[in-house]
Amino acid sequence: MDDRRPEARAAALELLVALEEALFFAGPPRLGLTGPPGAGKSTLLDALVRRARARGETVGVLAVDPSSPRSGGALLGDRVRVRASAGDPGVFLRSLAARDRLGGLAESARAGVFVLAATFDLVVVETVGVGQSEAEVAALVDTLVWVAQPGAGDLLQYMKAGALELPDVVVVNKADIGAAAERTASELAAGLSLAERHAWEPPVLRVSARDGSGLAELEAALARHRAWLGAEGRLAARRRHGRDAAVRDFLLREHGRVGLAAGGGSAAVDEALRREPDASGFALAARLGEAIQAALRSGPR
Amino acid sequence: MGRPDPERDPASAATARDPASAATARDPASAATARDPASAATARDPERDRPWVFRTYSGHSSARASNALYRANLAKGQTGLSVAFDLPTQTGYDADHPLARGEVGKVGVPIAHVEDMEMLFEGIPLDQMNTSMTINATAAWLLALYVATAENHGVEPSELEGTTQNDIIKEYLSRGTYVFPPEPSLRLISDMIAYTVDAIPRWNPINICSYHLQEAGATPVQEIAYSFANAIAVLDAVRAREDLPPGALPRVFGRISFFLNAGIRFVEEVCKARAMTQLWDELGRERYGVTDEALRRFRYGVQVNSLGLTEAQPENNVIRIVLEALGVTLSRRARCRALQLPAWNEALGLPRPWDQQWSLRVQQILAYETDLLELPDLFDGSHVIEARVAELAKEAKAELERVLAMGGAVAAVENAYMKRRLVESHSRRLAAIESGAQTVVGVNAFTESEPSPLVTGEGAILKVDPSAEREQVERLQAFRRKRNEAEVEAALRNLRDVLASGGNVMPPSIRAAHAGVTTGEWADALRGIFGEYRAPTGVVAREREMANEATEKVRRRVRALATRLGRPVKILIGKPGLDGHSNGAEQIAVRARDAGMEVVYEGIRLTPAEIVQSARDEGVHVIGLSILSGSHGTLVHDVLEGLQRAGLALPVVVGGIIPEDDAEALRRAGVKRVYTPKDFDLTRLMDEIVDVVEEAHPVR
Repeated sequence: MDDRRPEARAAALELLVALEEALFFAGPPRLGLTGPPGAGKSTLLDALVRRARARGETVGVLAVDPSSPRSGGALLGDRVRVRASAGDPGVFLRSLAARDRLGGLAESARAGVFVLAATFDLVVVETVGVGQSEAEVAALVDTLVWVAQPGAGDLLQYMKAGALELPDVVVVNKADIGAAAERTASELAAGLSLAERHAWEPPVLRVSARDGSGLAELEAALARHRAWLGAEGRLAARRRHGRDAAVRDFLLREHGRVGLAAGGGSAAVDEALRREPDASGFALAARLGEAIQAALRSGPR
Repeated sequence: MGRPDPERDPASAATARDPASAATARDPASAATARDPASAATARDPERDRPWVFRTYSGHSSARASNALYRANLAKGQTGLSVAFDLPTQTGYDADHPLARGEVGKVGVPIAHVEDMEMLFEGIPLDQMNTSMTINATAAWLLALYVATAENHGVEPSELEGTTQNDIIKEYLSRGTYVFPPEPSLRLISDMIAYTVDAIPRWNPINICSYHLQEAGATPVQEIAYSFANAIAVLDAVRAREDLPPGALPRVFGRISFFLNAGIRFVEEVCKARAMTQLWDELGRERYGVTDEALRRFRYGVQVNSLGLTEAQPENNVIRIVLEALGVTLSRRARCRALQLPAWNEALGLPRPWDQQWSLRVQQILAYETDLLELPDLFDGSHVIEARVAELAKEAKAELERVLAMGGAVAAVENAYMKRRLVESHSRRLAAIESGAQTVVGVNAFTESEPSPLVTGEGAILKVDPSAEREQVERLQAFRRKRNEAEVEAALRNLRDVLASGGNVMPPSIRAAHAGVTTGEWADALRGIFGEYRAPTGVVAREREMANEATEKVRRRVRALATRLGRPVKILIGKPGLDGHSNGAEQIAVRARDAGMEVVYEGIRLTPAEIVQSARDEGVHVIGLSILSGSHGTLVHDVLEGLQRAGLALPVVVGGIIPEDDAEALRRAGVKRVYTPKDFDLTRLMDEIVDVVEEAHPVR
């Protein structure tokens, strides 16, 4: 799936289009876990995976670590912390680098999500939240959980970056610390009420991945969000929105502004997306990409 | 892979025959000179200093074999014992547990129950011996076994002298034999301290270790700061206990001893010990209100640096060992209480009795043939030494403050701060050796050598009897069959109840020892209550500047290969088995990332099956295994077999302490490359890994 050579991509495309069309409005819940480093996302993920397994559910996880901009390499360290995957065939964990030199997060991660969605009862994308990738993860999942730790000063930064508009559930981890967790939770709740939201009010929950407190409430909140999405076509709208973002992102990265302009600019892309609301994003991206390449080959008019 | 981090690291202890209160009696002259500079002019000291305790860290194969070794060493003039336990014992697994496979009896003696302990000390009267045990996560258990053994021989626990290393913080930072998370681990340590202060008053319940920090790359400032942060975490935990008898805190402080490293920059090491002596005195006075000066004495034992022992021209290591011993014996005011010297061939494998004897002779010659012990402190009044001491003290205090500000040692473990700093220092050291900025004779300078007469024949190391593991398992199973199951059950239930209700771990553990509970059972009971822990690896995103021609070349090759393969080169690095010395693996992981590879770093304590599963799920191109415990034969074989069964044709490279014969066998079994401590050039190693992946994916 992350093989970028032309022959491999052609072979993968067929499969991906089929998967996406089958799973567009169906399939297992797709959960996103993001937040600053040190917040304990991996420990939380580990706890959630164990609980899912205890219920007999299988879990597929994409764990995304940042890439080094200088060397292009990456240290993918999540397996160490999400021990629930070790030795258990019901848990699949795949580590991804956020930015490899051959493409971006969106591409192989999106493909990964669909492959996992076809196979497992629960799909999770976990990533280090550094602003940009939060939006990308939001486009890939149904429910985005943002994990913070008590006392972290980054709250203000996140509010400034507008990133608090994105999460559907906010978790303050390490609640076993006590008072600091409570304070952070109230700050977050206040911050969220300032941010622009659309009907769903993200709950702010205090959780301790370590002693297990708050986990049942978290799962309940996730279930509530899923149910909310299930009504009035919201799930379809959200997934469509994610598809659109992924297509635009792909075209921009793959062909650049010049290419995009040659193909008719973003207006043309938007039009194509609007005209085919249920088409596979992979298929659309491939088709629009070909159109751009054709336009480039035939030269400027 | 890469660096020599021999598993054989030591624990020593300050002598229990020299409790804090006797310290001043032992050293009146230097105390006098400190108070009265005028009398410092005396060239002779009326009272000859007593020699430190000579120990050799040892144990292997079985209790019986180790017992024979101990008796032989004692006969040769060793004056205390230092017990090395095997990895399953250190990490709470019985010999027949899957994770114990290949590890039983390799780096130390397996002790599974009270009979093993009795066998270990047969013929050695416990009321006359001073025993240091290098045991940490399971320290309470091993002490319980030792006490039970003593009681079975009519020796009162109050007569026992010795040490349990029992320092969990450094395990998280370097050695890797932790089991439980930081909080319950500290509770176990404080339980042991509270128990022994009255019940076994001449026991050192803990050795705060800076030794391992240096082995992990720490600078002297870091050694001082992090070990003190550790001590503070322990002392604060004990001080907060409700059951601590009033007035016991000063005695507790006085029983805290340290375990230091002595590196090749031996003059700086003299200064380090002097700085620590000064800072410890201050800490006792200011933070813990200890008014008795004798109880504020800085007591420490030493093992000299093993990281710097070379595989190339190993005979040079004797010189290094002698010079390093000077660093902790020259200054009377800051002299060690016990000294352990590694053998010259530690980087090659396990030392033989003769190798240990040679190191013991170094100590004996230093103590008995020279005039060192006759003189007062040599450095009082030296402006050079005093300036360096002041510098170290100042910088160490600042770093200590930083750690305390973030919540102390436990917080600095959980947020990986200390670990990251160590990984950084270590990287810098490796880079300096690779670039030649730091000289290591025989390794990056003066590498031309005659063939060494010391390294011929059987390869100059001890071969552990391969049947030792099987025999231990048989003995264990026989023991289980004949013990009283009802008593065992009752003892375990009692242990769980006491721990769950917040009671002290020692009494129920001693009862369990008598009842015939095994090491794995004790540890499992605690795991059920405290959970298991995975420490942060300290390997992070921030990159070191490594822009030189060689690195750039490797990066280009990696990029080209990635384009050809269609995706980034992905490598899995992990440590199978119980060896927890992750520094080498971490350095390789960082270097591979710097070279442009995607590195799935899996950490420690993996089963071969887990490694195979990860390799498959992650779609890696190559696997790198790091093993320093000598169990490479079994574990690598299991991984290769697992890969074959899973239909994964993946190249495997192995790094560790691997004798040449074994390396040959590994290569014949299909391992593509084998790396040992002599392969310090990590960039070249990366280059070879690229070769290995290219070989596996030939251009069509």
